[in-house]
Amino acid sequence: MVQFSLPQNSKILKGKFYKDKTGSNNLKKVNVYRWSPSSNENPRIDTFEVDLNDCGPKVLDILFKIKNEIDPTLTFRRSCAHGVCGSCAMNVDGINTLSCIKSHSDIKGELNIYPLPHLKVIKDLVGDLTTLYKQYESVEPWLKTKAGEKTPAEIKQSQEDRAKLDGYYECILCACCSTSCPSYWWNGDKYLGPAVLLQAYRWITDSRDDERKERLKKVADELKLYRCHTIMNCTNSCPKGLNPAKAIASIKKMLATS
Amino acid sequence: MFNNKNNPLSPHLQVYRWHISSLLSITHRITGVINFLFIIFISSILIFLGVEIKIIQILLQSLFGKFLTIYFCWSFSFQILNEIRHLAWDMGYGFDLKVSRITGILTIIGSFVFTILFYLIGKNLL
Repeated sequence: MVQFSLPQNSKILKGKFYKDKTGSNNLKKVNVYRWSPSSNENPRIDTFEVDLNDCGPKVLDILFKIKNEIDPTLTFRRSCAHGVCGSCAMNVDGINTLSCIKSHSDIKGELNIYPLPHLKVIKDLVGDLTTLYKQYESVEPWLKTKAGEKTPAEIKQSQEDRAKLDGYYECILCACCSTSCPSYWWNGDKYLGPAVLLQAYRWITDSRDDERKERLKKVADELKLYRCHTIMNCTNSCPKGLNPAKAIASIKKMLATS
Repeated sequence: MFNNKNNPLSPHLQVYRWHISSLLSITHRITGVINFLFIIFISSILIFLGVEIKIIQILLQSLFGKFLTIYFCWSFSFQILNEIRHLAWDMGYGFDLKVSRITGILTIIGSFVFTILFYLIGKNLL
């Protein structure tokens, strides 16, 4: 369902202002989306003044600094801090990205940090990705083969066939792309979204997989696949520099030519 | 399982930054719907009032009519150019971020160039 405005309980209020106490001359104003399930209040934007003279280079470093030194209740997901795990995906300065690899020096003026768009918020910057994980499961993201049943052996792949997976196997499922897609915002329950479709394509195009036709058939659906209108927000936001829009187009092309 | 019925929805359109590609996409859709309705409108006028074609002439010579003419020169040019872009995408070309940005900018510039050309040709000035 297309709903442009936020529901009543999601309207954002003005929050607290945390003034700098260090007296530093290199301050950055950081606006962070806050919501706690234990209070009955609407979400709010808290503003923190952060001393950049004593802070690491990435947006995640700022969040750590706020959590360690200013407000320990600030909640966000993070794990590896090196752009490999995909946990710290959030909306930084209007674009979904991994906060651990986004330099805050790239952003002029105030820094705005929101959770990934159009998700149910669990707390602060943590969104609920249950639907996305279910959709991921629905494309059966594992190798399906008939050859190995009788004689269990290694399935060989030529270098050319292996190269077809480049640009797709690197996906870390951070959900930056899916939650940047307006089509996914309006039809997230039915449309699979760029992340899951890129994964679907990764298995469709794998030369070792024997269920290519079944996979294609499964994904060929007005809502599951064709809600993609090449808006390209996915490719614009992918922090790993992958191209989900192209993967989706490749699936469409395969369906049109097979 | 996590019950999220009362949890707020995180902001989307309100905070997401526009890119050339997303801007062109929504413009394409809006102008497409308007063009569609306009064609039906014009065709039905021609069918039902075919003899009274003067009415259209009078309508189009008013200030609002002139605005309409120029608008539709633009919106049809834009549709054609962006549709070419979509055709290339359907064939699997032009997905590179840089390329899509360049074709997007070309579409915007081209749509205005075409508008001027159409208008001048229509006025018999070219």
